[in-house]
Amino acid sequence: MSEYRTPSFANSTSLVAMREITMKLRSKAFLISTAILMLAVLASVLVGGILSASTSKTRVAATGAAVAVAEKVPSLMVTEVDSVSAARHLVRIGTVEAAIIPDDERGFGVSIVALDSIPQSLVSALSESPRVELLDPHAINPLLAYFAAIAFGLVFFMSAMTFGTTIAQSVVEEKQTRIVEILMSTISVRALLAGKVIGNSILAFAQIAVIAGLASIGLTATGQSSLLASFGPSIAWFVVSFIFGFIMIAALYSATASLVSRQEDVGSATSPVMILVMLPYILVIAFNDNPLVLAIMSYVPFSAPVGMPMRVFLGQAAWWEPLLSLAVLLITTTAVIALGSRIYSNALLKTGARVKLSDALAR
Amino acid sequence: MLLVDHINRSFGTKQVLHDVTFSVDSGRMTGFVGANGSGKTTTMRIILGVLSADSGSVLRDGKPVETADHRRFGYMPEERGLYPKMKVAEQIIYLARLHGVGPSVAQRNTATLLERLGLADRADTPVESLSLGNQQRAQIAAALVHDPEILVLDEPFSGLDPIAVETVQGVLTERAASGVPVLFSSHQLDIVERLCDDLVVIADGSIRASGSREDLRAQYGNSLYELVAAADVSWIRDVKGVTIQSLSGHSAVFKAENPDAAQRVLRAALERGPVMRFALQEPSLAQIFQEVIQ
Repeated sequence: MSEYRTPSFANSTSLVAMREITMKLRSKAFLISTAILMLAVLASVLVGGILSASTSKTRVAATGAAVAVAEKVPSLMVTEVDSVSAARHLVRIGTVEAAIIPDDERGFGVSIVALDSIPQSLVSALSESPRVELLDPHAINPLLAYFAAIAFGLVFFMSAMTFGTTIAQSVVEEKQTRIVEILMSTISVRALLAGKVIGNSILAFAQIAVIAGLASIGLTATGQSSLLASFGPSIAWFVVSFIFGFIMIAALYSATASLVSRQEDVGSATSPVMILVMLPYILVIAFNDNPLVLAIMSYVPFSAPVGMPMRVFLGQAAWWEPLLSLAVLLITTTAVIALGSRIYSNALLKTGARVKLSDALAR
Repeated sequence: MLLVDHINRSFGTKQVLHDVTFSVDSGRMTGFVGANGSGKTTTMRIILGVLSADSGSVLRDGKPVETADHRRFGYMPEERGLYPKMKVAEQIIYLARLHGVGPSVAQRNTATLLERLGLADRADTPVESLSLGNQQRAQIAAALVHDPEILVLDEPFSGLDPIAVETVQGVLTERAASGVPVLFSSHQLDIVERLCDDLVVIADGSIRASGSREDLRAQYGNSLYELVAAADVSWIRDVKGVTIQSLSGHSAVFKAENPDAAQRVLRAALERGPVMRFALQEPSLAQIFQEVIQ
């Protein structure tokens, strides 16, 4: 017995966490879905890069004296043709977006031939423009804001769902197979719960980190590093608030799952938590152009991990606001963990019918 | 020695344990018997700290058992369960590590136990692919892998085939012989009878009898004697202090109100001729159990 030592709370917790991680990494379904997610992120960055690179060049046909004029404009990809009729032909069959042909009548020296609409960007590229002064030069392109909203919302929603469900299933597996009784006689219920939450949190953060890393490398590689720079601070806040937000959600998932004893009942037991996870996703997509809704979202603990990074990205948050929101989140997370572990430890031994929430809280 | 001291426990308004008191001595196999719902599992859960008692305490060598002590207990719950997707050896090592056993000792103990229980060739099989009997053996390995200082086993023999029962009996008696107090419950009274040194009988949440098997036999035996003689024995009817249970020609089973009455019968029989057999019938555990819980 000399080799025996009483395991500390940290010891037990890390053993439980390690088991959660090992078992999850062994699941083929998890590995495949992760690989698909990674590919999707990488693909969307690459496709975005290719699209933005190709839209920057407008294909035009030019002939005669117009060739020299067209080649002075850097955003044009010029195809030189022999005659005006050949240029018109290329426009008609869609090989080029427009043709630039010599025309001395209006003093420009050239005129533009297009198919069915006025090519505004080409017109302005060939025109003298007055100087323009922007009063709010840092405003974010609404399309980019929309893209950011989807990105933050989706990543939060997907990770919280994936790993929240994993925790819920793991809790019920132990209850359903009754191994929980052996576990409870060996380590404290708090260590068991903490190990589960920490193990799955590590997996969730690792997944998010890999996604963020892939997106950064992809953006840099495709020459979109200016985009990366504008996302930087908001991604940092996203990661920090995700850590605490996810721990809170994990505690909720384990507490609600502990109320039931069969895998079939996990879905219905955890559905209130799932709605809490889905709401910020829906709200941020619907209201990413509404500062008031975003401001409220950025302080409500459940949506703060999505709402606050969004406001940081849009430049709507003062420097102290993310800190305040994080403090609110931290306090809520602590309270939820206390409540969750109470429900969890009271409900664990009650197998059979679904445990009432009031019973789980009572004793 | 483990002492369960005046434990009370209620679930809601229903009191399921009333002043439960008994001891499990070191190096002894203590059988814990009672009908379904009599409080065996609740008592065992309280010993293991899975449930708390409303009042009373569990003492080990005179000191209250604390949370850290439970890790030195081996427990096999009535409701069996291991992780279905984990491999047998991996899982048992994991449980040993949770009990505070170092990695190399955990591996060594697991290998030894699986060998002993005839599961060595299944070490890398996921538990869900094992037959029920083998799952049960794995469960026993899980209860023993950390060399527990106290063993509490809820129905360790249920679901085992006769060969496995032999194996498990062997493993448990070894542990007891090395000084570990072993408390086990069972519905199979014949196994308890064969295996236990001490017995605790519980009914409706109260301990009805406890003590060594011999003491209980003496206490609750109904003093039945058997006599087989060369000649007809119907004369026994007239001996004082004796009640006939059954009588057929040369043999009789009778109840003596005290040992002297039985000896009077023996002397009278010898006076009449040869006596082939005269014996005190030991009551079976089943009989004691019936008598105690009435």
